[in-house]
Amino acid sequence: MWNTIWTFFHKLASPPHFYRISAILLPWLAVPGYLLVAWGTYNGLFTAPEDYQQKDAFRIIYVHVPSAYLSMMAYMVMAISAGIGLIWRMKLAHAVAAAAAPIGAAFTFLALATGSIWGRPMWGTWWEWGDPRLTSELILLFLYFGYMALRSSIGDTAKADKASAVLALVGAINVPIIHYSVEWWTSLHQGQTLLAEGGPAIDTAMLWPLLANIFGFSLIFGSMLLRRLRTEVLFRERRKRWVKELALGGQQS
Amino acid sequence: MMEMFNMGDYGPYVWSCFGLTAFVVGIIEWRARQRHKIMAREIEVRLRAMEGRE
Amino acid sequence: MPGMIAAFVATTQRELLLSLRRPGDMLNPLVFFLMVSTLFPLAVGPDNETLKEIGPGVTWVAALLAMLLSLNSLFMSDYEDGSLEQLLLSAQPLPVLGLGKTLAHWLVTGLPLVIVAPIVAVTYRLPNEVIFVMMLTLLLGTISLSLLGAIGAALTVGIHRGTALLSLLVLPLSMPLLIFGARTVALAANNEVYSAGIYFLAAYAVGALTLAPFATAAALRISNE
Repeated sequence: MWNTIWTFFHKLASPPHFYRISAILLPWLAVPGYLLVAWGTYNGLFTAPEDYQQKDAFRIIYVHVPSAYLSMMAYMVMAISAGIGLIWRMKLAHAVAAAAAPIGAAFTFLALATGSIWGRPMWGTWWEWGDPRLTSELILLFLYFGYMALRSSIGDTAKADKASAVLALVGAINVPIIHYSVEWWTSLHQGQTLLAEGGPAIDTAMLWPLLANIFGFSLIFGSMLLRRLRTEVLFRERRKRWVKELALGGQQS
Repeated sequence: MMEMFNMGDYGPYVWSCFGLTAFVVGIIEWRARQRHKIMAREIEVRLRAMEGRE
Repeated sequence: MPGMIAAFVATTQRELLLSLRRPGDMLNPLVFFLMVSTLFPLAVGPDNETLKEIGPGVTWVAALLAMLLSLNSLFMSDYEDGSLEQLLLSAQPLPVLGLGKTLAHWLVTGLPLVIVAPIVAVTYRLPNEVIFVMMLTLLLGTISLSLLGAIGAALTVGIHRGTALLSLLVLPLSMPLLIFGARTVALAANNEVYSAGIYFLAAYAVGALTLAPFATAAALRISNE
């Protein structure tokens, strides 16, 4: 049993196998992902009852919470695969980290933008420094920028992989510290946040679309990651025989 | 119908959030596809040039 | 083990001697620190209450930027003259040697900042007890900043025009230090309980002291491949 799983992963880590398997896997992530998000968004917008306090403005959580969730998730994916790449010298893991960063940055931007738009009617201002979530999210965006800047300024791929992996790991240790410090910093003047912890029990008609969107966006994230990963693998293996055969064989039609 | 889109005067905020999300997700999806196409084409062009030289 | 300590001391001494020969390395961040602290009263106005309000934050931001400014030279000259490669080939563990260099960097830039900070604090009308708290936070904070900055400096050492990149890497990581450093001083200025911030900064310094040298060593090896 364990042997089968082990060989499966071993095969998956080999680029030509990964390239073939990922092509099959991709639609199985993307299609259910977009379907779930379509269902969740429709129900979130139209069938979920309005919040007794925030009225219809609360509907922004259906895009804000998945974005915020994925911004952290993508950083975790990035840091864990960077660690795997560094410790076990697995090239595919480094490629995962490289592919995850821009998507994570985009979702971080979305979480910031939607949070800020929500803040306009709720706080009466586009930006509230007193909100710990928005501020942590902003620092997270800076961390992504630093990671991507370091990666792009090193020409040699193998070197860029390792250097940015060290940065990703240092950043991963700091993310909880940043979160904690920002929380402490704002604890003096706390306002209403988009999703208060331990608030009143959320109505199931509100909850299901949210869960659908969180799960759906995660699947979409997975499909985007896979797609970008395929491009990365193709680039990194461009001098290998299997890419040669693929490029010259498949393009004849 | 109009009331549905108005969202109790929160409409502009709600719809701009959903619109922005759709836009950004669309951009990532489109860029990922485009990058892959360009990469595949570049590799093919390079390989063909090498074949021609041989 | 004795060899390790000897190597650590030797590295630190060598660095200190080198920076004595180039006093600019030590003075530039200090002058920069004083200049940035002068900018704020000029920009905001000489109102005493306002200055007292912004004093802790301004001093901390100025110290943070001065530290950043000095980081670029941490491994640069060693990289250029090839002595970094010798460091990598040394029989002694690289984290220890890197820590020696980091300690020298802190003694040359961090510690002088802590000593000069009271001058700035006095001009911002901060009372004496608050100045003591400020020195304590800066003492703990600059240690962490040196250690954190060494990782960034090691990562960017081979990169052409790496200064802006170095700031981009280190600034987000140093934000918790800024938050706790500046807010602790502000709390002390308002006669509130400020011990939590001191504990945090001390804990951070201990954590950075144990973890950062290994990251720096790994980054140095990668940059020198």
